[in-house]
Amino acid sequence: MDVAPVESLGFGARLWLALTLPFRLLFDGALAAQVEALSQGTAPALPATPEPEPPVVEPAPPETEPEPDTTAALQLLAILQREGRFVDFLEEDVSGFSDADIGAAARVVHEGCSRGLKQVLTIAAVRTEAEGDTVKLAEGFDAARTRMTGNVVGEPPYSGTLAHHGWQVERIELPALTSGHDPSILAPAEVEL
Amino acid sequence: MSDEHPTHAVGIDLGTTHCTLSATASADTPPAPLPLPQILSPGEIGERTLLPSFLFFPADGQFPAGSLALAWYPAARDVVGTFARDQGATTPLRLVSSAKSWLSHAGVDRRGEILPWDAPEGVPRVSPVQAAARYLGHLRAAWDDAHPESPLAEQDVVLTVPASFDAVARELTLEAAELAGFDEPPRLLEEPQAALYDWVAQRGAAWRDDVAVGDVILVVDIGGGTTDFSLIAVRDEDGTLQLERVAVGDHILLGGDNMDLALAYTVRAQLEQQGTVLDDWQMRAVTHGCRAAKETLLGEDPPTAVPLTIPSRGSRLIGKTLRTELRREQLDAVLLEGFFPAVDADARPQTPRRAGLTTLGLPYPADAAITRHLAAFLSRAGEDGAFVRPTALLFNGGVTRSPMVRERIAEILGGWLAATGAPAPTVLPGTDAELAVSRGAAYYARARRDGGVRIRGGTAQAYYVGIERAELAVPGIPPRVDAVCVAPLGMEEGTQTQLPQAFGLVLGEEVSFRFFGSPTVRHDEVGATRPPETLTELAPIETSLEGEEGQIVQVRLHAHVTEVGTLELWAVEDAEPQRRFKLSFDVRGQA
Repeated sequence: MDVAPVESLGFGARLWLALTLPFRLLFDGALAAQVEALSQGTAPALPATPEPEPPVVEPAPPETEPEPDTTAALQLLAILQREGRFVDFLEEDVSGFSDADIGAAARVVHEGCSRGLKQVLTIAAVRTEAEGDTVKLAEGFDAARTRMTGNVVGEPPYSGTLAHHGWQVERIELPALTSGHDPSILAPAEVEL
Repeated sequence: MSDEHPTHAVGIDLGTTHCTLSATASADTPPAPLPLPQILSPGEIGERTLLPSFLFFPADGQFPAGSLALAWYPAARDVVGTFARDQGATTPLRLVSSAKSWLSHAGVDRRGEILPWDAPEGVPRVSPVQAAARYLGHLRAAWDDAHPESPLAEQDVVLTVPASFDAVARELTLEAAELAGFDEPPRLLEEPQAALYDWVAQRGAAWRDDVAVGDVILVVDIGGGTTDFSLIAVRDEDGTLQLERVAVGDHILLGGDNMDLALAYTVRAQLEQQGTVLDDWQMRAVTHGCRAAKETLLGEDPPTAVPLTIPSRGSRLIGKTLRTELRREQLDAVLLEGFFPAVDADARPQTPRRAGLTTLGLPYPADAAITRHLAAFLSRAGEDGAFVRPTALLFNGGVTRSPMVRERIAEILGGWLAATGAPAPTVLPGTDAELAVSRGAAYYARARRDGGVRIRGGTAQAYYVGIERAELAVPGIPPRVDAVCVAPLGMEEGTQTQLPQAFGLVLGEEVSFRFFGSPTVRHDEVGATRPPETLTELAPIETSLEGEEGQIVQVRLHAHVTEVGTLELWAVEDAEPQRRFKLSFDVRGQA
């Protein structure tokens, strides 16, 4: 049986799949059987209706404000550019440069951006334990603050190793904007007279 | 002022490089700094504890309309604070900086619109007094915005000045406050005293255990642009400890900014040896980088070298970024040896003969060695020129945040003292180098109202007027002038003196006296005379005597140290109706 040529998925979709597939395999017997067959080389015909594109998380749009306000995001980007040349760095093609050159630029970016970030945000670890420490997760733990990976079986309390302590924003104080300010200009062009 | 009782005690540090404002509402809460809204970038307003003391005049249309507007300044034509400093670095000819140093510079017309210095035609200009008023006005507006129910002009406000400010500069500071809308003049306080008040406030009652009668506290204040020394003695008065400021140093235009620049020149020379020539923009980036590197290398556990990167000007960052480093030994050679050399107690600042023509710019010292200035200060501060041996040391100002700088100064001072058999000074634990002055000033404002520790001291200088000798006239030779002491050093607030000599003055004419000061002559009584060459000439004092023209009246000079800390001079008629004519400082500059 010929297998119809399968179109390669985009990176975002693949990332989504990679993140969600383990869970879906655990809880979806039919899907697990199909994957099993795929790995055995006896691929069954793909279901007529392929899995939908990874769902883009779209919260129900609030009725009053159809357009999300992007000002704060642009403002943060402008601060990172002004203090640490963040946009310059990301917009440049790094492939032709030596690690030393990239390292020198990275110092500019790191020093400036961390200064800029500290001005507007206070960032702290979600968990205070050291990475590598054993962590216990009691029943009803906040799944938004702590995510379980690996051998997730059984019932809470869970015990595991802290792989990443996480980050959270404790304070955000973006500068106020004067009326008429266009936040989409991340950095004005400069002309030296 | 309204009849409302002031609700807050407020301290304002009007600094050479930045301003802060601290306030407290009650005796139980320590003074806290007011967050100061300011333009960070066109269109962006943020709050910072420090307001950089810079004023920038944008060209018409240089920034989008309204992008420099503040709540209290909607039609902004100029900008102060962070953005003024940052933008001004790229356009210095539109930037007013160090206005405070100009305020104390007798060589220029301080009420004249002379800043930005050397600005070309078409750039707006302000006087040093107006620039200071602009910063004070910003602080006042920020306060009133945050406390609409208790406006700043109705609070107990203390404004700090360098201890080395003479009577003229103090007067001009209050003039700036008046321009800024302070209907009642704020009380003036010397910055090193404010730093000591902050220390007392932080220590609480325990400060009396840290010092003893006979102690002499040396306050070393090294800020961004100026260095100031004061000596404060601990005395016994009816069984309790009292503090008295006994000597102040000269106004030295040396500070952290000089150090950053010295390091930047070192780095530039290092890059030039490698064949890289820096443009102005890159040089500023180097200076900026050196400031950060200096703080790391002078901080706790310094590394042996700090990498310095100089970003490219254009959008291409990678490959165009220059890289070098600043090493510990360079910092030691440039900063510690250059600004804090280990000199002997008899060292004096080197003053090379000036060339015949000098520019009128700020009178920067020829010698950058702060330790030599300190040795000179201690050597002339004692009774009859004896070397003063401080027993305690309090640091203030951004540069002294560095433990290495503090240790260095303490070590050199300790060496001088050891040579005379005296013990090393105790270093009093400093507080917050950036906020100590405004917090201490707020503490003082409250202590004046509610009672608390007070530092006495009176005037920091002795003041003299020049009086021509009554001698036979000799053609071509001006009559000789005697300097007559009108206010002795240490004259207390709220007191008056009267010169014994009487003068005949002609009504309807301008009268002008030469005016002198000295921070070192300590035993002259009112009326004592000395040759003016031993003193520093300040701005002349003048008055116009209104009255029946041509009439001659006999007057005597009175000096009055006001409650707020300024010196007023009056000519008072001997006979009835004892008319009083106020003399004012002529600050048009004599240089």
